[in-house]
Amino acid sequence: MTIQAQLLPGTLDLLILRAASLGPLHGYGILLRIGQISGNALLIEQGALYPGLFRLVRQGLLKASWGTSENNRRAKFYELTTAGRKRLREETEGWNRLAAAIASALAVQPEEV
Amino acid sequence: MKLLASLRSLIFSSFQRSQIEDELEGELRSHIQHRADDLERSGLPRAEAERRARIEFGGYQRFKEESRQAIGGQFIETLLQDVRFGLRMMRKNPGFTTVAVLTLALGIGANAVVFSVLNALILRPLNVPQAQNLYMIQSGKDHSPHQSYPDYLDLRDRNRGFEGLAAYNISPASVDAGERPSRIWLYEASGNYFDVLGIRPYLGRFFHISDEHGPNSSPYIVLSYAYWCSHFQSDRGVVGRTVWVNKHPYTILGIAPPEFRGTELFFAADFWVPLVNQEQVEGESDLNSRTARELELVGRLKPGVSPAQLTADLNSIALSMAKTNPKQDEGLSFSLTRPGLLGDMLGQPVRGFVTGLMLLAGLILLAACANLGGLFAARAADRSKEVALRLALGSSRKRILRQLLTEATLVSLIGGVLGLAGSIAVLRWLSAWQPLPNIPINVAVNPDGRTYAVALVLALVSGFLCLMVPVRQVLRTDPYQVIKTGEVGVARLRRLSPRDVLLAAQIAICAVLVTASLVAVRGLVRSLHSNLGFTAENAMLVVTELDKAGYSRDRVPVMQRRMLDAVEAIPGVTAAGYTDRVPLGLSWNNSIVFADTTTELKTANVAAEVLAYNVSPGYFKAAGTALLAGRNITWHDDKNAPRVAVVNKEFARRLFGSTENAIGSYYKAKDGTRVQVVGVAEDGRYTSLTEDPRPAMFLPILQSPTSGTWLVVRSNRDPRQLAAALDESLHSLDAGLPLMIITWHRELDGSLFAARTATVSLGVMGGLGAVLVVTGIFGMAAYSVSKRLRELGIRIALGAQRKEVLQAALGRTFRLLVFGSAAGLLLGIAASRVLSFIVYQATSRDPLVLGGVVLTMLLLGLLAAWIPARRATLVPPSVATRGG
Repeated sequence: MTIQAQLLPGTLDLLILRAASLGPLHGYGILLRIGQISGNALLIEQGALYPGLFRLVRQGLLKASWGTSENNRRAKFYELTTAGRKRLREETEGWNRLAAAIASALAVQPEEV
Repeated sequence: MKLLASLRSLIFSSFQRSQIEDELEGELRSHIQHRADDLERSGLPRAEAERRARIEFGGYQRFKEESRQAIGGQFIETLLQDVRFGLRMMRKNPGFTTVAVLTLALGIGANAVVFSVLNALILRPLNVPQAQNLYMIQSGKDHSPHQSYPDYLDLRDRNRGFEGLAAYNISPASVDAGERPSRIWLYEASGNYFDVLGIRPYLGRFFHISDEHGPNSSPYIVLSYAYWCSHFQSDRGVVGRTVWVNKHPYTILGIAPPEFRGTELFFAADFWVPLVNQEQVEGESDLNSRTARELELVGRLKPGVSPAQLTADLNSIALSMAKTNPKQDEGLSFSLTRPGLLGDMLGQPVRGFVTGLMLLAGLILLAACANLGGLFAARAADRSKEVALRLALGSSRKRILRQLLTEATLVSLIGGVLGLAGSIAVLRWLSAWQPLPNIPINVAVNPDGRTYAVALVLALVSGFLCLMVPVRQVLRTDPYQVIKTGEVGVARLRRLSPRDVLLAAQIAICAVLVTASLVAVRGLVRSLHSNLGFTAENAMLVVTELDKAGYSRDRVPVMQRRMLDAVEAIPGVTAAGYTDRVPLGLSWNNSIVFADTTTELKTANVAAEVLAYNVSPGYFKAAGTALLAGRNITWHDDKNAPRVAVVNKEFARRLFGSTENAIGSYYKAKDGTRVQVVGVAEDGRYTSLTEDPRPAMFLPILQSPTSGTWLVVRSNRDPRQLAAALDESLHSLDAGLPLMIITWHRELDGSLFAARTATVSLGVMGGLGAVLVVTGIFGMAAYSVSKRLRELGIRIALGAQRKEVLQAALGRTFRLLVFGSAAGLLLGIAASRVLSFIVYQATSRDPLVLGGVVLTMLLLGLLAAWIPARRATLVPPSVATRGG
């Protein structure tokens, strides 16, 4: 297993939105999907997912409904709302700008200053 | 209704709560199951897989709690938590809690009581339908509420603005309902009285204008509900029965509804009888005299007529009345006022006083709030470490403020409920209170919905106000600073903080209250010891109405003489005499006199308005009134002798210039008879303690016989023994004589009633103010000592003397005390001028009062600062080194 990176504060919500944007998922599924799309590079405590999920539901970015999982177990499925989709778009742009800025700042060599 | 709704929402949300809880539980479990499924698939046995899954999940309870918060809708949950925490904090700090709750309870209680009185006397109109349309007619520049019957008839028949105009008069009578005759009070009312007021009988019927057919034509009586309950045991068969009013048969027509106590708020009469029967009820009738003004008139305004139009209408009638009856009605004018308190006569002082009292009560609450605000601030400072710790652990300031708000609301609600409970007890007692022994004076001041609402709002507002003080402190708390040094904003102590202003204002308010109450108490004490023109000590009064006991006009003087002889024969009686009324009693006889030279006896030529007393020989000695010059009234001054009078000094000065000139001079009575002054008596107080000197004349009772008899008996014997002896000896003359035997002091309660009530209310306010000063200064001093404990420790460690330590710790508090007291004293002196209208001899320039206020405030300050001061001087120097 590769060394996992600590999550920056606030980024979990973004990851959840991204994961849910690829189709309805239950909590555990979201966790697996995040692992999958991030190449298992991020360290997320499993339980920490849930306060984030409920926060997003309360903000109207996700909607939840009970259903049956592929394991034939009862589970709550989450999917993006229109507001959630819009928020994901904005947050992604914001993140990209930030990441690009940080990356370029860190890439500066002494002779370039 | 509202309660039900909020209860339902509470139940609903707690039902929802358990559903949310179940879902949360299910979801988290489902997560662990899914993970375990995966682990099982990778080869672990099921039990081991589930264990691993649980471990990987992390702190289950913690995430559950965080999830719960994220789900939201925690309002009630958080509130209950806060309430629980608040109650725990309150239990932990019983001293603070007790002081805070009691302070608030006092403030709220005082306000609830005063508001209830205000509500009963001023805000709430008479208890009849559409009471806002009722007006009372007043006449003349002095707004007299009393009019004569002929004037009433003119006004009733000729006005165009009233739907109806009723007249009434309050009078005593002797009523016999099958037992012994008892002296009771009733309303004599015009036939249309109940119809104008628009009330319906509880039982039977009322009398109407159609029942009036001239004098004594209407022998009917209506009982008050209270009298019916207490004397007829609520017997419904009582209607149609006969009772005896002054030995005349009257038929009980009906019972008034329980909520109707009559048209005067202070006066709950037992009966209503038709006014046309005045002669039978009072023994004499003034219904034909235009100058006998003793009726109150109350009318209902026609819809669409304004009070101003009505006043103009009444005054145009007054003009024509003056034309027809120039002698009696010249210069007559009318105005309107609200009914219920004898017009402005009682209404004005009562309204002024109660409003003033309400203001004072408001000040008390304000002081209590300032006080509590200081306490809360002090406690917030004491708890600054706790707050800082909570902030450092990630609690939000909002959450902490919410917690503080919950605590403040808790304190204010508990205080409010306690205060309200106390006030209800006081009000119950006040409503049942009959201040005077022989007259049904009392006011129903039972709290109603308005009182409860006011108390609740006041409690919440004051709780919120109190909280405002420490809010800034919490918002400014810097957790790192506090945890590092254990001090908050030491530098801010140097500046004048809002808390200092609050304390100074509070002390000033309380000093006003203390000044006012001391002025009032001192005034009352002085008025009790001032020269009243008679000596109430060791004097007993026997009151009877001979015509009500069946004595005809000629037999009255004979009986009075027999009674006097019998009383004088009682061992221990040093002097006795009788009069038709006593000075400072509840009734007086205002007469007019003319100079001897006046020939035209009209209003414009009146020399003086004079109080008239008809007295027997021996009265002056028995009453303790000093005769300054001339001779006493004797038994020879009877009907056949020339008319004579003893006048008081003021009368002599006004009519004749001096006492010496008065003796032997003549004046003319109301009817033009010449009267010779044979003696001059000292001045006294006749109608009220606060009156300016008034002329009075004492006429021989044999020359103007009256059946109302007040025997004044002077004796050194024990009042109770004497009363028994008087009762026995007088009843041996006539067993059916209705007698009232009381000490003159007790009788004086009536005229001192207003002053006493004012003094007691102000005394209570002053007491409350004093309590608030103590708690306020205590709070402030304790706070400033606790804040500077470390500094004081350093000072003591460096060798500071007690005096210096005290100065450092409490100097500021004492400066505030002195400043606040001085301001309050000045304000109080200004306010006390108002008092002198109610309390005789209430002067704030009395050195005793000034000294008393200063001393009181100083003592209160010392008392309050005692414990904090001890704490300051006993600070162990080690405190300085411990680092707070």
